[in-house]
Amino acid sequence: MKLKRNEIWTAYQKDIADDKYYFARSCIRQNIFPAAENLYLNILRDVLGKDIYDDARQTTCTGIAYHSGLIPMETIMTVVARQFALMNQAGYENFVVSCVTSFGIYIEMLETWKHFPETEEKTRKALKRATGMTFTIPKNLVHASDVIYKFRKEIAAQSKYRLINKNTGEPLKVVDHVGCHYAKIFPSHGLGGAEYPYVLAGMIDEWGGEQVDYPERRHCCGFGFRQYLLKSNRGYSVSNSKKKFDSMLPYKPDLIIANCPGCTFFLDRWQYVIAGQAGITYGENGYGIPVLTYEEIAGLLLGHDPWDIGLQSHQVSVEPLLDKLGINYNPEMKYKGQDGEDIGTPEHPEVLKCY
Amino acid sequence: MQGLYEQLEKDVRYKEGMKACMNCGVCTAICPAAEVSDYDPRMVMNIVQERDEQELEKLLKSDTIWRCGECLSCKTRCPRGNVPCYVIQALRALSIETGFFIESEQGRKQLAIKRTVGDHILKYGYCIYIDEVDLETYPEQGPVWDWMRKNRNSMMKRLGTSYSEDRSGTLRNTTQESLNDLKRIFDETGGTGRFEKIEKYSSEKAKELGKEFSSGKDEYWKFVYNKQENGNNP
Repeated sequence: MKLKRNEIWTAYQKDIADDKYYFARSCIRQNIFPAAENLYLNILRDVLGKDIYDDARQTTCTGIAYHSGLIPMETIMTVVARQFALMNQAGYENFVVSCVTSFGIYIEMLETWKHFPETEEKTRKALKRATGMTFTIPKNLVHASDVIYKFRKEIAAQSKYRLINKNTGEPLKVVDHVGCHYAKIFPSHGLGGAEYPYVLAGMIDEWGGEQVDYPERRHCCGFGFRQYLLKSNRGYSVSNSKKKFDSMLPYKPDLIIANCPGCTFFLDRWQYVIAGQAGITYGENGYGIPVLTYEEIAGLLLGHDPWDIGLQSHQVSVEPLLDKLGINYNPEMKYKGQDGEDIGTPEHPEVLKCY
Repeated sequence: MQGLYEQLEKDVRYKEGMKACMNCGVCTAICPAAEVSDYDPRMVMNIVQERDEQELEKLLKSDTIWRCGECLSCKTRCPRGNVPCYVIQALRALSIETGFFIESEQGRKQLAIKRTVGDHILKYGYCIYIDEVDLETYPEQGPVWDWMRKNRNSMMKRLGTSYSEDRSGTLRNTTQESLNDLKRIFDETGGTGRFEKIEKYSSEKAKELGKEFSSGKDEYWKFVYNKQENGNNP
């Protein structure tokens, strides 16, 4: 039977464990959107009733350094092995990765060990010498968005809102941006594969929105690792994001949803930069298109206060989205401190309109 | 001394990434770096498979190998199962090991990354840490970030993080035991050696260029971090 274009993803499925996860944090996400990972853990524990372990001993996977040409493969391989050893010590078998770069790294190391068994042996010896640790390979290793995808129906069932414009009754038009390293390196490890990744589109469909299928849907956000890390090279990064924005603009998206911490960051911040440099804004009335992570969307639909889940940390204002969703919020509380104290407000950019 | 190809062929990424390139150019068509610079992964694959030591040395000394953004879109698309990005990873490693990286403007910039992301890993346990992300180095972070960072003691508590605390959670202090593990892994697997090589060769280049070279964001760091393609500093 020939599959229709929007059904091709069904041919690419993977196993996602039901429960008992070991959580690996992201370097970018915990800094740039500092409430996102806690929200993720809360959704899994409180909404879905799952056991997910947050280990104080874990570290970076070193993926950003690795993909910038800074550290040897043997080093990242052994750091990955240490993370697996920590998971073993904590008594877990299912590894959940917050970052898409890290997800690609973990899969790549596992695949390298399969193709070149001597590298696994060498890694085991190096880890033992360096830390005294041993490890077993996780039974199941997935990206954090895979778990939300798996339980998207359960989340929908407990949600107070849907991705529907309350003023028009129409579905919100949602752009999904899947990080390159989610499925482009190892398509069989991504829901829907590299061509039609369904991990975020599945959430959009289930939560009432409408997918935007625009020409540059699968193009990279432009992180480029060393190309972003160096100020002199950032033209690479902003140019690639701009290519995506220009391509999606005619479809007038209400929202961009991303599963990669870097992509969420770049698609948010480059709108501010493009507005300042080229005078172009991509949202309505001089605002930008809000860019949220999958758990931030889930959190909003479940009824969390937008300022408790950190949406004030986005440069592109989320208020146009909140108004469309019909979510009540207190604008006075957006920029308050820990105890509701006044800590000032961010400066307003010259071109990009912000609340 | 081993030849360059002999060294390159030991890298599993080279073995995995370089099979037989027919130069169709699909990798270049899909490449985000090729869109914004004269980078051409098809040409890189062609040069490398020619097995000419002199041409390989030129490549290792060039800006070319530092243009790739490692998105790995080329891996999905190559009809022959080559991975130009893996070949680039192997070439970059060899360029640092041989000290050739210092001969190109882009290669020299590795010091700037080593002294930010590289040093952060061993200091904080993560590649990035809020304390280090200032607007001077990262101006595109914008006013919301600037406000949040300046108020981080209050905001990080409001957002439920463990910033500067010794417990699990977002932005916690990484334990000394974990930092020690990382350092020993780096020592054991060549990570420390790689960092030392970047510092050593950069120090020689700084001397040649008459730039002050010590540690952190010294004159040479600022020079390589900010240097534009046209040779001007912003």
